[in-house]
Amino acid sequence: MTALRPDLAVIAANVAPGSRVLDIGCGDGALLAALRDGKQVDARGMELDPHDVAECVAKGLSVMQGDADTDLVDYPDATFDYAILSQTLQTTKRPDKVLDELLRVGRKAFVSFPNFGHWRVRASLLWHGRMPVTRLLPVAWYETPNIHHVTVSDFRDLVAAKHLTVEGAWFLSGDKRISDAAASWRAEHAVFLLSR
Amino acid sequence: MTARARWTKPAAMVDPALHAQSQVLELAQPLALDGGQQLGGVRVAYETYGQLNAARSNAVMIFHALTGDQCVASPHPITGKPGWWVRMVGPGKPIDTDRFFVICANVLGGCYGSTGPASAGPDGQPYAMRFPVITIRDMVRAQVGVLDAFGIEQLHAVVGGSMGGMQALSFAANWPERTRAALVIASTARHSAQNIAFHEVGRQAIMADPKWKSGDYYGGGKGPENGLAVARMAAHITYLSEEGMHEKFGRKLQDRTEKTFGFDADFQVESYLRHQGLSFTDRFDANSYLYITRAMDYFDLAEEHGGRLADAFRASKARFCLVSFDTDWLYPTVESRTIAHALNAAGAPVSFVELSAPFGHDSFLLDVPALDRVIEGFLKQ
Repeated sequence: MTALRPDLAVIAANVAPGSRVLDIGCGDGALLAALRDGKQVDARGMELDPHDVAECVAKGLSVMQGDADTDLVDYPDATFDYAILSQTLQTTKRPDKVLDELLRVGRKAFVSFPNFGHWRVRASLLWHGRMPVTRLLPVAWYETPNIHHVTVSDFRDLVAAKHLTVEGAWFLSGDKRISDAAASWRAEHAVFLLSR
Repeated sequence: MTARARWTKPAAMVDPALHAQSQVLELAQPLALDGGQQLGGVRVAYETYGQLNAARSNAVMIFHALTGDQCVASPHPITGKPGWWVRMVGPGKPIDTDRFFVICANVLGGCYGSTGPASAGPDGQPYAMRFPVITIRDMVRAQVGVLDAFGIEQLHAVVGGSMGGMQALSFAANWPERTRAALVIASTARHSAQNIAFHEVGRQAIMADPKWKSGDYYGGGKGPENGLAVARMAAHITYLSEEGMHEKFGRKLQDRTEKTFGFDADFQVESYLRHQGLSFTDRFDANSYLYITRAMDYFDLAEEHGGRLADAFRASKARFCLVSFDTDWLYPTVESRTIAHALNAAGAPVSFVELSAPFGHDSFLLDVPALDRVIEGFLKQ
Protein backbone atom coordinates (compact mmCIF):
# COMPACT_ATOMS: atom_id res chain seq x y z
CA MET A 1 0.00 0.00 0.00
CA THR A 2 1.34 3.42 -0.88
CA ALA A 3 1.57 6.03 1.87
CA LEU A 4 -1.58 8.07 2.38
CA ARG A 5 -1.59 11.84 2.05
CA PRO A 6 -0.92 13.30 5.54
CA ASP A 7 -4.49 14.52 6.17
CA LEU A 8 -5.86 11.14 5.05
CA ALA A 9 -3.39 9.36 7.33
CA VAL A 10 -4.76 11.38 10.28
CA ILE A 11 -8.32 10.42 9.33
CA ALA A 12 -7.40 6.76 8.78
CA ALA A 13 -5.75 6.64 12.21
CA ASN A 14 -8.85 8.02 13.92
CA VAL A 15 -11.67 6.02 12.34
CA ALA A 16 -13.00 3.29 14.63
CA PRO A 17 -12.47 -0.25 13.29
CA GLY A 18 -15.51 -1.93 11.77
CA SER A 19 -17.43 1.30 11.30
CA ARG A 20 -19.44 2.47 8.28
CA VAL A 21 -17.78 5.27 6.34
CA LEU A 22 -18.75 7.48 3.40
CA ASP A 23 -15.83 9.32 1.78
CA ILE A 24 -17.17 12.21 -0.29
CA GLY A 25 -14.77 13.18 -3.04
CA CYS A 26 -12.90 9.92 -2.53
CA GLY A 27 -10.67 10.31 -5.60
CA ASP A 28 -9.03 7.05 -6.59
CA GLY A 29 -10.17 5.41 -3.35
CA ALA A 30 -6.80 5.34 -1.55
CA LEU A 31 -8.30 6.18 1.87
CA LEU A 32 -11.27 3.84 1.42
CA ALA A 33 -9.04 0.95 0.41
CA ALA A 34 -6.79 1.61 3.42
CA LEU A 35 -9.80 1.69 5.77
CA ARG A 36 -11.30 -1.45 4.28
CA ASP A 37 -8.05 -3.40 4.36
CA GLY A 38 -6.63 -2.03 7.61
CA LYS A 39 -9.71 -1.52 9.77
CA GLN A 40 -12.40 -3.76 8.26
CA VAL A 41 -14.46 -0.66 7.59
CA ASP A 42 -17.62 -0.81 5.43
CA ALA A 43 -16.22 1.80 3.08
CA ARG A 44 -18.35 3.69 0.56
CA GLY A 45 -17.41 6.61 -1.62
CA MET A 46 -18.73 9.44 -3.78
CA GLU A 47 -16.66 10.96 -6.55
CA LEU A 48 -17.37 13.35 -9.41
CA ASP A 49 -14.67 12.19 -11.84
CA PRO A 50 -15.75 9.05 -13.77
CA HIS A 51 -12.14 7.94 -14.27
CA ASP A 52 -11.60 7.95 -10.54
CA VAL A 53 -14.89 6.08 -9.99
CA ALA A 54 -13.78 3.42 -12.46
CA GLU A 55 -10.48 3.19 -10.59
CA CYS A 56 -12.36 2.69 -7.31
CA VAL A 57 -14.60 -0.01 -8.78
CA ALA A 58 -11.48 -1.74 -10.06
CA LYS A 59 -10.25 -1.72 -6.44
CA GLY A 60 -13.45 -3.44 -5.39
CA LEU A 61 -14.84 -0.37 -3.64
CA SER A 62 -18.47 0.73 -3.67
CA VAL A 63 -18.38 4.22 -5.09
CA MET A 64 -21.13 6.38 -6.55
CA GLN A 65 -20.45 8.99 -9.16
CA GLY A 66 -21.96 12.12 -7.70
CA ASP A 67 -21.59 15.70 -6.56
CA ALA A 68 -21.22 16.68 -2.91
CA ASP A 69 -23.37 19.78 -3.51
CA THR A 70 -26.37 17.92 -4.90
CA ASP A 71 -26.23 14.16 -4.39
CA LEU A 72 -25.83 13.72 -0.63
CA VAL A 73 -29.56 14.32 -0.25
CA ASP A 74 -30.16 10.85 -1.67
CA TYR A 75 -28.62 9.14 1.36
CA PRO A 76 -30.90 8.36 4.31
CA ASP A 77 -30.21 9.94 7.72
CA ALA A 78 -27.44 8.48 9.90
CA THR A 79 -26.49 5.86 7.32
CA PHE A 80 -22.82 6.13 8.27
CA ASP A 81 -20.72 6.34 11.42
CA TYR A 82 -18.43 8.80 9.64
CA ALA A 83 -18.85 11.04 6.64
CA ILE A 84 -15.47 12.17 5.32
CA LEU A 85 -14.88 15.27 3.21
CA SER A 86 -11.19 15.67 2.48
CA GLN A 87 -9.84 18.62 0.48
CA THR A 88 -13.25 19.16 -1.05
CA LEU A 89 -15.12 21.64 1.19
CA GLN A 90 -13.42 24.64 -0.44
CA THR A 91 -14.60 23.47 -3.89
CA THR A 92 -18.30 23.15 -3.05
CA LYS A 93 -20.88 25.79 -3.92
CA ARG A 94 -22.35 25.90 -0.42
CA PRO A 95 -19.89 24.55 2.15
CA ASP A 96 -22.29 25.32 5.01
CA LYS A 97 -25.04 23.17 3.49
CA VAL A 98 -22.60 20.41 2.62
CA LEU A 99 -21.53 20.41 6.28
CA ASP A 100 -25.17 20.02 7.32
CA GLU A 101 -25.55 17.09 4.94
CA LEU A 102 -22.36 15.45 6.23
CA LEU A 103 -23.73 15.45 9.76
CA ARG A 104 -27.10 14.23 8.57
CA VAL A 105 -25.84 11.15 6.69
CA GLY A 106 -23.01 10.54 9.18
CA ARG A 107 -23.11 10.60 12.97
CA LYS A 108 -19.68 12.21 12.86
CA ALA A 109 -17.83 14.02 10.11
CA PHE A 110 -14.17 14.37 9.24
CA VAL A 111 -13.49 17.57 7.30
CA SER A 112 -10.05 18.41 5.96
CA PHE A 113 -9.16 21.53 4.00
CA PRO A 114 -6.16 23.66 2.99
CA ASN A 115 -5.73 26.62 5.33
CA PHE A 116 -5.89 29.83 3.32
CA GLY A 117 -4.67 31.66 6.43
CA HIS A 118 -1.21 30.09 6.18
CA TRP A 119 1.55 32.70 6.50
CA ARG A 120 2.68 32.24 2.89
CA VAL A 121 -0.77 33.06 1.66
CA ARG A 122 -0.98 36.05 3.96
CA ALA A 123 2.46 37.23 2.87
CA SER A 124 1.61 36.93 -0.78
CA LEU A 125 -1.48 39.06 -0.35
CA LEU A 126 0.25 41.56 1.93
CA TRP A 127 3.46 42.08 -0.04
CA HIS A 128 2.39 41.39 -3.58
CA GLY A 129 -1.31 42.14 -3.41
CA ARG A 130 -2.00 38.93 -5.32
CA MET A 131 -3.84 35.73 -4.67
CA PRO A 132 -1.11 33.23 -3.88
CA VAL A 133 0.08 30.38 -6.07
CA THR A 134 1.90 28.04 -3.68
CA ARG A 135 3.01 24.43 -3.55
CA LEU A 136 -0.32 23.39 -2.05
CA LEU A 137 -2.43 25.91 -3.98
CA PRO A 138 -0.75 25.65 -7.35
CA VAL A 139 -3.53 26.99 -9.57
CA ALA A 140 -4.15 30.64 -10.47
CA TRP A 141 -7.27 32.31 -9.10
CA TYR A 142 -9.20 32.17 -12.38
CA GLU A 143 -8.92 28.42 -12.88
CA THR A 144 -8.70 27.07 -9.35
CA PRO A 145 -11.45 24.65 -8.27
CA ASN A 146 -11.15 26.24 -4.80
CA ILE A 147 -14.03 28.67 -4.91
CA HIS A 148 -14.39 29.22 -1.15
CA HIS A 149 -11.13 30.26 0.45
CA VAL A 150 -11.47 29.21 4.07
CA THR A 151 -9.04 29.69 6.96
CA VAL A 152 -8.79 27.72 10.18
CA SER A 153 -10.35 30.69 12.01
CA ASP A 154 -13.19 30.96 9.47
CA PHE A 155 -13.97 27.30 9.90
CA ARG A 156 -13.95 27.53 13.69
CA ASP A 157 -16.45 30.40 13.41
CA LEU A 158 -18.74 28.34 11.18
CA VAL A 159 -18.57 25.38 13.57
CA ALA A 160 -19.45 27.67 16.48
CA ALA A 161 -22.30 29.33 14.60
CA LYS A 162 -23.77 25.90 13.82
CA HIS A 163 -23.30 24.78 17.44
CA LEU A 164 -21.32 21.76 16.33
CA THR A 165 -19.01 19.86 18.64
CA VAL A 166 -15.34 19.61 17.73
CA GLU A 167 -14.35 16.09 18.78
CA GLY A 168 -10.85 16.41 17.42
CA ALA A 169 -8.69 18.79 15.42
CA TRP A 170 -5.34 18.11 13.75
CA PHE A 171 -3.17 20.72 12.07
CA LEU A 172 -0.43 19.83 9.64
CA SER A 173 2.51 21.43 7.91
CA GLY A 174 3.69 18.83 5.46
CA ASP A 175 3.34 15.72 7.61
CA LYS A 176 4.29 17.51 10.88
CA ARG A 177 1.68 18.34 13.54
CA ILE A 178 1.27 22.03 14.39
CA SER A 179 -0.05 23.14 17.77
CA ASP A 180 -3.60 24.45 18.01
CA ALA A 181 -2.34 27.87 19.05
CA ALA A 182 -0.12 28.30 15.98
CA ALA A 183 -2.51 26.57 13.58
CA SER A 184 -4.12 29.69 12.19
CA TRP A 185 -0.92 30.92 10.51
CA ARG A 186 1.36 27.86 10.44
CA ALA A 187 -0.95 25.00 9.40
CA GLU A 188 -1.06 24.12 5.72
CA HIS A 189 -3.87 21.64 6.31
CA ALA A 190 -6.54 21.27 8.96
CA VAL A 191 -8.51 18.15 9.85
CA PHE A 192 -11.60 18.45 12.06
CA LEU A 193 -13.74 15.70 13.54
CA LEU A 194 -17.22 17.09 14.16
CA SER A 195 -20.50 15.92 15.64
CA ARG A 196 -23.81 17.55 16.42
CA MET B 1 -30.44 -32.18 -16.30
CA THR B 2 -33.59 -33.59 -17.78
CA ALA B 3 -32.83 -33.34 -21.48
CA ARG B 4 -30.14 -32.10 -23.78
CA ALA B 5 -30.47 -31.65 -27.48
CA ARG B 6 -29.00 -29.74 -30.34
CA TRP B 7 -31.04 -26.81 -31.48
CA THR B 8 -32.15 -26.63 -35.09
CA LYS B 9 -33.25 -23.36 -36.56
CA PRO B 10 -36.99 -22.68 -36.94
CA ALA B 11 -38.21 -23.38 -40.45
CA ALA B 12 -39.61 -19.89 -40.80
CA MET B 13 -36.14 -18.41 -40.94
CA VAL B 14 -33.64 -18.51 -43.78
CA ASP B 15 -31.35 -21.29 -44.88
CA PRO B 16 -29.35 -22.65 -41.98
CA ALA B 17 -25.91 -22.87 -43.53
CA LEU B 18 -24.46 -22.61 -40.07
CA HIS B 19 -25.35 -24.83 -37.17
CA ALA B 20 -25.93 -23.62 -33.68
CA GLN B 21 -23.73 -25.28 -31.09
CA SER B 22 -26.00 -24.43 -28.17
CA GLN B 23 -27.14 -26.96 -25.62
CA VAL B 24 -30.86 -27.15 -24.97
CA LEU B 25 -32.37 -27.88 -21.59
CA GLU B 26 -35.99 -28.94 -21.27
CA LEU B 27 -37.35 -27.78 -17.92
CA ALA B 28 -38.87 -30.62 -15.92
CA GLN B 29 -41.55 -28.43 -14.34
CA PRO B 30 -43.98 -26.07 -16.06
CA LEU B 31 -43.12 -22.39 -15.64
CA ALA B 32 -45.59 -20.44 -13.52
CA LEU B 33 -45.79 -17.21 -15.52
CA ASP B 34 -46.54 -13.73 -14.15
CA GLY B 35 -49.58 -13.67 -16.44
CA GLY B 36 -51.05 -16.55 -14.44
CA GLN B 37 -50.54 -19.33 -16.96
CA GLN B 38 -48.48 -22.48 -16.58
CA LEU B 39 -46.18 -23.02 -19.54
CA GLY B 40 -45.12 -26.65 -19.92
CA GLY B 41 -42.33 -28.19 -21.96
CA VAL B 42 -40.17 -25.08 -21.82
CA ARG B 43 -36.84 -25.43 -23.58
CA VAL B 44 -33.92 -23.14 -22.84
CA ALA B 45 -31.00 -22.95 -25.27
CA TYR B 46 -27.72 -21.86 -23.74
CA GLU B 47 -23.98 -21.68 -24.27
CA THR B 48 -21.25 -22.04 -21.68
CA TYR B 49 -17.62 -20.98 -21.65
CA GLY B 50 -14.89 -21.97 -19.20
CA GLN B 51 -15.05 -24.64 -16.50
CA LEU B 52 -17.40 -24.89 -13.53
CA ASN B 53 -15.22 -25.46 -10.45
CA ALA B 54 -15.83 -28.26 -7.96
CA ALA B 55 -17.55 -25.93 -5.48
CA ARG B 56 -19.75 -24.63 -8.32
CA SER B 57 -18.96 -21.13 -7.11
CA ASN B 58 -17.36 -19.51 -10.16
CA ALA B 59 -20.37 -19.17 -12.45
CA VAL B 60 -21.26 -15.89 -14.10
CA MET B 61 -24.59 -15.61 -15.88
CA ILE B 62 -24.80 -13.14 -18.74
CA PHE B 63 -28.24 -12.00 -19.89
CA HIS B 64 -28.61 -10.87 -23.47
CA ALA B 65 -30.42 -7.83 -24.85
CA LEU B 66 -33.61 -7.61 -26.94
CA THR B 67 -32.24 -8.93 -30.22
CA GLY B 68 -29.27 -10.73 -28.71
CA ASP B 69 -28.76 -14.44 -28.27
CA GLN B 70 -26.83 -16.98 -26.25
CA CYS B 71 -23.84 -16.85 -28.61
CA VAL B 72 -22.05 -14.33 -26.44
CA ALA B 73 -18.56 -15.35 -27.56
CA SER B 74 -19.12 -17.85 -30.35
CA PRO B 75 -20.01 -17.27 -34.00
CA HIS B 76 -23.59 -16.30 -34.70
CA PRO B 77 -25.49 -19.34 -36.03
CA ILE B 78 -27.04 -17.43 -38.93
CA THR B 79 -24.77 -14.52 -39.79
CA GLY B 80 -21.51 -16.23 -38.86
CA LYS B 81 -20.36 -12.97 -37.22
CA PRO B 82 -18.32 -13.15 -34.00
CA GLY B 83 -20.28 -13.40 -30.73
CA TRP B 84 -21.93 -10.17 -29.63
CA TRP B 85 -19.68 -9.72 -26.58
CA VAL B 86 -16.57 -11.52 -27.76
CA ARG B 87 -14.58 -8.43 -26.85
CA MET B 88 -15.64 -8.84 -23.22
CA VAL B 89 -15.86 -12.63 -22.73
CA GLY B 90 -12.99 -15.03 -23.22
CA PRO B 91 -9.65 -16.19 -21.80
CA GLY B 92 -7.89 -13.23 -20.17
CA LYS B 93 -10.71 -10.85 -21.09
CA PRO B 94 -12.65 -8.73 -18.55
CA ILE B 95 -15.11 -11.61 -18.06
CA ASP B 96 -12.31 -14.12 -17.89
CA THR B 97 -13.28 -17.62 -18.96
CA ASP B 98 -10.00 -18.95 -17.51
CA ARG B 99 -11.50 -18.04 -14.16
CA PHE B 100 -15.26 -17.99 -14.58
CA PHE B 101 -17.79 -20.46 -15.90
CA VAL B 102 -19.89 -18.23 -18.12
CA ILE B 103 -23.47 -19.15 -18.96
CA CYS B 104 -25.67 -17.30 -21.43
CA ALA B 105 -29.14 -18.52 -22.34
CA ASN B 106 -31.56 -17.45 -25.03
CA VAL B 107 -34.52 -15.73 -23.36
CA LEU B 108 -37.94 -17.28 -23.08
CA GLY B 109 -39.92 -15.95 -26.04
CA GLY B 110 -36.77 -15.79 -28.15
CA CYS B 111 -36.01 -17.40 -31.48
CA TYR B 112 -32.63 -19.03 -30.94
CA GLY B 113 -33.70 -22.34 -29.51
CA SER B 114 -35.55 -21.34 -26.36
CA THR B 115 -39.31 -21.76 -26.30
CA GLY B 116 -41.02 -18.86 -28.03
CA PRO B 117 -43.91 -18.07 -30.35
CA ALA B 118 -42.28 -20.00 -33.22
CA SER B 119 -42.03 -23.16 -31.08
CA ALA B 120 -44.57 -25.95 -31.37
CA GLY B 121 -47.33 -25.81 -28.79
CA PRO B 122 -48.97 -28.89 -27.24
CA ASP B 123 -50.90 -29.53 -30.48
CA GLY B 124 -47.73 -29.63 -32.54
CA GLN B 125 -48.51 -26.34 -34.29
CA PRO B 126 -46.43 -23.19 -33.70
CA TYR B 127 -47.76 -21.15 -30.79
CA ALA B 128 -47.73 -17.91 -32.80
CA MET B 129 -50.01 -15.48 -30.93
CA ARG B 130 -51.28 -18.26 -28.66
CA PHE B 131 -47.95 -17.97 -26.86
CA PRO B 132 -48.63 -16.38 -23.47
CA VAL B 133 -47.47 -12.81 -22.86
CA ILE B 134 -44.34 -13.10 -20.75
CA THR B 135 -42.38 -10.76 -18.48
CA ILE B 136 -38.73 -10.10 -17.77
CA ARG B 137 -39.18 -12.08 -14.54
CA ASP B 138 -40.55 -15.02 -16.55
CA MET B 139 -37.42 -14.93 -18.71
CA VAL B 140 -35.29 -15.05 -15.57
CA ARG B 141 -37.40 -17.92 -14.15
CA ALA B 142 -36.56 -20.02 -17.19
CA GLN B 143 -32.85 -19.26 -16.81
CA VAL B 144 -32.88 -20.08 -13.10
CA GLY B 145 -33.93 -23.51 -14.37
CA VAL B 146 -30.56 -23.77 -16.12
CA LEU B 147 -28.74 -22.94 -12.87
CA ASP B 148 -30.76 -25.59 -11.07
CA ALA B 149 -29.82 -28.12 -13.73
CA PHE B 150 -26.13 -27.35 -13.18
CA GLY B 151 -26.57 -27.49 -9.40
CA ILE B 152 -25.36 -23.90 -9.09
CA GLU B 153 -26.81 -22.49 -5.90
CA GLN B 154 -25.08 -19.14 -6.03
CA LEU B 155 -23.55 -17.27 -8.92
CA HIS B 156 -20.39 -15.21 -8.66
CA ALA B 157 -22.27 -12.55 -10.61
CA VAL B 158 -25.10 -11.77 -12.98
CA VAL B 159 -24.21 -9.41 -15.81
CA GLY B 160 -26.38 -7.72 -18.41
CA GLY B 161 -26.69 -4.68 -20.64
CA SER B 162 -29.97 -3.08 -21.73
CA MET B 163 -32.70 -5.75 -21.46
CA GLY B 164 -29.98 -7.99 -20.04
CA GLY B 165 -29.58 -5.43 -17.25
CA MET B 166 -33.31 -5.65 -16.53
CA GLN B 167 -32.94 -9.41 -16.15
CA ALA B 168 -29.90 -8.97 -13.90
CA LEU B 169 -31.92 -6.59 -11.70
CA SER B 170 -34.90 -8.93 -11.67
CA PHE B 171 -32.63 -11.84 -10.76
CA ALA B 172 -30.99 -9.95 -7.88
CA ALA B 173 -34.35 -8.74 -6.59
CA ASN B 174 -36.31 -11.97 -6.90
CA TRP B 175 -33.60 -14.59 -6.28
CA PRO B 176 -31.49 -12.61 -3.80
CA GLU B 177 -29.67 -15.65 -2.39
CA ARG B 178 -28.51 -16.81 -5.77
CA THR B 179 -25.92 -14.22 -6.71
CA ARG B 180 -23.10 -12.46 -4.92
CA ALA B 181 -22.97 -9.57 -7.38
CA ALA B 182 -24.98 -7.86 -10.09
CA LEU B 183 -23.54 -5.75 -12.88
CA VAL B 184 -26.15 -3.71 -14.73
CA ILE B 185 -25.11 -1.72 -17.81
CA ALA B 186 -27.10 0.88 -19.77
CA SER B 187 -30.37 -0.31 -18.30
CA THR B 188 -33.40 0.78 -16.32
CA ALA B 189 -35.67 -0.39 -13.51
CA ARG B 190 -38.75 0.43 -15.54
CA HIS B 191 -39.71 1.21 -19.10
CA SER B 192 -40.57 4.88 -19.61
CA ALA B 193 -43.44 6.18 -21.73
CA GLN B 194 -40.91 7.02 -24.44
CA ASN B 195 -39.45 3.49 -24.33
CA ILE B 196 -42.93 1.98 -24.65
CA ALA B 197 -43.79 4.41 -27.44
CA PHE B 198 -40.83 3.38 -29.60
CA HIS B 199 -41.65 -0.28 -29.06
CA GLU B 200 -45.26 0.30 -30.02
CA VAL B 201 -44.14 1.85 -33.32
CA GLY B 202 -42.19 -1.34 -34.01
CA ARG B 203 -45.04 -3.65 -33.09
CA GLN B 204 -47.54 -1.72 -35.17
CA ALA B 205 -45.17 -1.87 -38.15
CA ILE B 206 -45.07 -5.67 -37.85
CA MET B 207 -48.80 -6.05 -37.32
CA ALA B 208 -49.60 -3.70 -40.23
CA ASP B 209 -47.67 -5.95 -42.61
CA PRO B 210 -50.25 -8.13 -44.47
CA LYS B 211 -47.80 -11.01 -44.29
CA TRP B 212 -48.04 -11.00 -40.51
CA LYS B 213 -51.45 -12.74 -40.82
CA SER B 214 -52.27 -12.26 -37.13
CA GLY B 215 -49.07 -14.08 -36.34
CA ASP B 216 -49.84 -17.23 -38.35
CA TYR B 217 -47.11 -16.84 -40.94
CA TYR B 218 -45.08 -19.92 -40.01
CA GLY B 219 -44.75 -22.83 -42.38
CA GLY B 220 -45.38 -21.10 -45.66
CA GLY B 221 -43.47 -18.39 -47.48
CA LYS B 222 -42.05 -15.28 -45.95
CA GLY B 223 -43.18 -13.68 -42.75
CA PRO B 224 -43.78 -9.95 -42.16
CA GLU B 225 -40.27 -8.99 -43.24
CA ASN B 226 -41.15 -5.44 -44.27
CA GLY B 227 -42.86 -4.75 -40.98
CA LEU B 228 -40.04 -6.29 -38.96
CA ALA B 229 -37.47 -4.30 -40.94
CA VAL B 230 -39.29 -1.04 -40.19
CA ALA B 231 -39.49 -2.01 -36.50
CA ARG B 232 -35.74 -2.59 -36.49
CA MET B 233 -35.07 0.70 -38.28
CA ALA B 234 -37.04 2.68 -35.71
CA ALA B 235 -35.39 0.85 -32.83
CA HIS B 236 -31.94 1.18 -34.32
CA ILE B 237 -32.21 4.97 -34.23
CA THR B 238 -32.71 4.77 -30.48
CA TYR B 239 -29.50 2.76 -30.08
CA LEU B 240 -27.31 5.48 -31.60
CA SER B 241 -26.51 8.96 -30.41
CA GLU B 242 -27.47 12.02 -32.42
CA GLU B 243 -23.83 13.06 -32.40
CA GLY B 244 -22.64 9.61 -33.50
CA MET B 245 -25.14 9.50 -36.34
CA HIS B 246 -24.13 12.96 -37.47
CA GLU B 247 -20.46 12.02 -37.46
CA LYS B 248 -21.02 8.78 -39.32
CA PHE B 249 -23.51 9.96 -41.92
CA GLY B 250 -24.12 13.68 -41.72
CA ARG B 251 -26.11 14.55 -44.82
CA LYS B 252 -23.86 12.50 -47.07
CA LEU B 253 -25.47 10.97 -50.16
CA GLN B 254 -25.35 7.27 -50.94
CA ASP B 255 -23.44 6.33 -54.14
CA ARG B 256 -24.52 9.47 -55.92
CA THR B 257 -23.49 13.07 -56.26
CA GLU B 258 -26.91 14.70 -56.35
CA LYS B 259 -30.32 14.20 -54.87
CA THR B 260 -32.64 12.22 -57.15
CA PHE B 261 -35.87 14.03 -56.33
CA GLY B 262 -37.35 10.64 -55.58
CA PHE B 263 -37.79 8.29 -52.64
CA ASP B 264 -34.86 6.02 -53.20
CA ALA B 265 -32.30 5.94 -50.38
CA ASP B 266 -30.56 9.17 -51.33
CA PHE B 267 -28.91 9.65 -47.97
CA GLN B 268 -26.36 7.31 -46.46
CA VAL B 269 -28.31 7.18 -43.23
CA GLU B 270 -31.36 5.89 -45.12
CA SER B 271 -29.34 3.24 -46.87
CA TYR B 272 -27.75 2.21 -43.57
CA LEU B 273 -31.09 1.91 -41.79
CA ARG B 274 -32.64 -0.06 -44.67
CA HIS B 275 -29.69 -2.44 -44.55
CA GLN B 276 -30.02 -2.80 -40.76
CA GLY B 277 -33.74 -3.50 -41.13
CA LEU B 278 -33.44 -6.04 -43.91
CA SER B 279 -30.50 -7.96 -42.47
CA PHE B 280 -32.38 -8.17 -39.16
CA THR B 281 -35.21 -10.09 -40.82
CA ASP B 282 -32.73 -12.85 -41.68
CA ARG B 283 -31.99 -13.46 -38.06
CA PHE B 284 -35.09 -12.65 -36.05
CA ASP B 285 -38.64 -13.86 -35.75
CA ALA B 286 -41.27 -11.11 -35.89
CA ASN B 287 -43.52 -12.66 -33.26
CA SER B 288 -40.54 -13.01 -30.89
CA TYR B 289 -39.97 -9.29 -31.42
CA LEU B 290 -43.58 -8.60 -30.37
CA TYR B 291 -43.37 -10.75 -27.24
CA ILE B 292 -39.96 -9.60 -26.07
CA THR B 293 -40.69 -5.89 -26.54
CA ARG B 294 -43.95 -6.43 -24.61
CA ALA B 295 -42.05 -8.02 -21.75
CA MET B 296 -39.72 -5.02 -21.63
CA ASP B 297 -42.64 -2.58 -21.63
CA TYR B 298 -44.23 -4.43 -18.71
CA PHE B 299 -41.00 -4.21 -16.72
CA ASP B 300 -41.32 -2.07 -13.59
CA LEU B 301 -39.27 -3.48 -10.75
CA ALA B 302 -40.68 -1.09 -8.16
CA GLU B 303 -44.27 -1.98 -9.09
CA GLU B 304 -43.45 -5.65 -8.47
CA HIS B 305 -42.35 -4.74 -4.94
CA GLY B 306 -45.10 -2.53 -3.60
CA GLY B 307 -44.12 0.62 -5.46
CA ARG B 308 -40.81 1.31 -3.72
CA LEU B 309 -37.73 0.39 -5.70
CA ALA B 310 -35.59 0.16 -2.57
CA ASP B 311 -37.90 -2.58 -1.27
CA ALA B 312 -37.02 -4.71 -4.30
CA PHE B 313 -33.51 -5.08 -2.91
CA ARG B 314 -34.22 -5.48 0.84
CA ALA B 315 -33.36 -9.19 0.86
CA SER B 316 -30.27 -8.85 -1.33
CA LYS B 317 -26.78 -9.19 0.04
CA ALA B 318 -25.19 -8.81 -3.37
CA ARG B 319 -22.75 -6.14 -4.49
CA PHE B 320 -24.11 -4.00 -7.29
CA CYS B 321 -22.46 -2.00 -10.03
CA LEU B 322 -24.41 0.26 -12.37
CA VAL B 323 -22.93 1.75 -15.50
CA SER B 324 -24.52 4.30 -17.83
CA PHE B 325 -23.23 6.16 -20.88
CA ASP B 326 -23.43 9.91 -21.36
CA THR B 327 -24.76 9.64 -24.94
CA ASP B 328 -27.40 6.95 -24.21
CA TRP B 329 -30.80 8.59 -24.52
CA LEU B 330 -32.73 5.30 -24.57
CA TYR B 331 -31.85 4.42 -20.96
CA PRO B 332 -30.20 7.64 -19.85
CA THR B 333 -27.98 8.08 -16.82
CA VAL B 334 -30.85 9.20 -14.61
CA GLU B 335 -32.31 5.66 -14.83
CA SER B 336 -29.13 4.06 -13.51
CA ARG B 337 -28.84 6.77 -10.86
CA THR B 338 -32.39 6.03 -9.69
CA ILE B 339 -31.48 2.37 -9.23
CA ALA B 340 -28.26 3.29 -7.43
CA HIS B 341 -30.15 5.55 -5.02
CA ALA B 342 -32.67 2.80 -4.29
CA LEU B 343 -29.82 0.38 -3.58
CA ASN B 344 -28.21 2.93 -1.29
CA ALA B 345 -31.49 3.37 0.54
CA ALA B 346 -31.65 -0.42 0.92
CA GLY B 347 -28.12 -0.40 2.33
CA ALA B 348 -26.67 -2.48 -0.49
CA PRO B 349 -23.03 -2.07 -1.52
CA VAL B 350 -23.39 -0.21 -4.79
CA SER B 351 -21.17 1.52 -7.30
CA PHE B 352 -22.43 3.74 -10.04
CA VAL B 353 -20.53 5.38 -12.87
CA GLU B 354 -21.49 7.30 -15.99
CA LEU B 355 -18.91 6.62 -18.68
CA SER B 356 -18.25 8.89 -21.61
CA ALA B 357 -18.62 7.18 -24.99
CA PRO B 358 -19.83 8.46 -28.36
CA PHE B 359 -21.94 5.46 -29.39
CA GLY B 360 -25.22 6.07 -27.56
CA HIS B 361 -27.03 3.08 -26.07
CA ASP B 362 -24.92 0.65 -28.12
CA SER B 363 -21.82 1.77 -26.21
CA PHE B 364 -22.07 -1.28 -23.97
CA LEU B 365 -21.36 -3.51 -26.99
CA LEU B 366 -18.57 -1.42 -28.47
CA ASP B 367 -15.01 -0.35 -27.78
CA VAL B 368 -15.16 1.56 -24.50
CA PRO B 369 -11.95 0.72 -22.59
CA ALA B 370 -13.26 2.29 -19.37
CA LEU B 371 -16.12 -0.24 -19.37
CA ASP B 372 -13.60 -3.08 -19.65
CA ARG B 373 -11.79 -1.75 -16.58
CA VAL B 374 -15.00 -1.42 -14.56
CA ILE B 375 -16.24 -4.90 -15.46
CA GLU B 376 -12.90 -6.57 -14.84
CA GLY B 377 -12.42 -4.76 -11.53
CA PHE B 378 -15.94 -5.42 -10.30
CA LEU B 379 -15.83 -9.14 -11.13
CA LYS B 380 -12.33 -9.60 -9.75
CA GLN B 381 -13.52 -9.28 -6.15
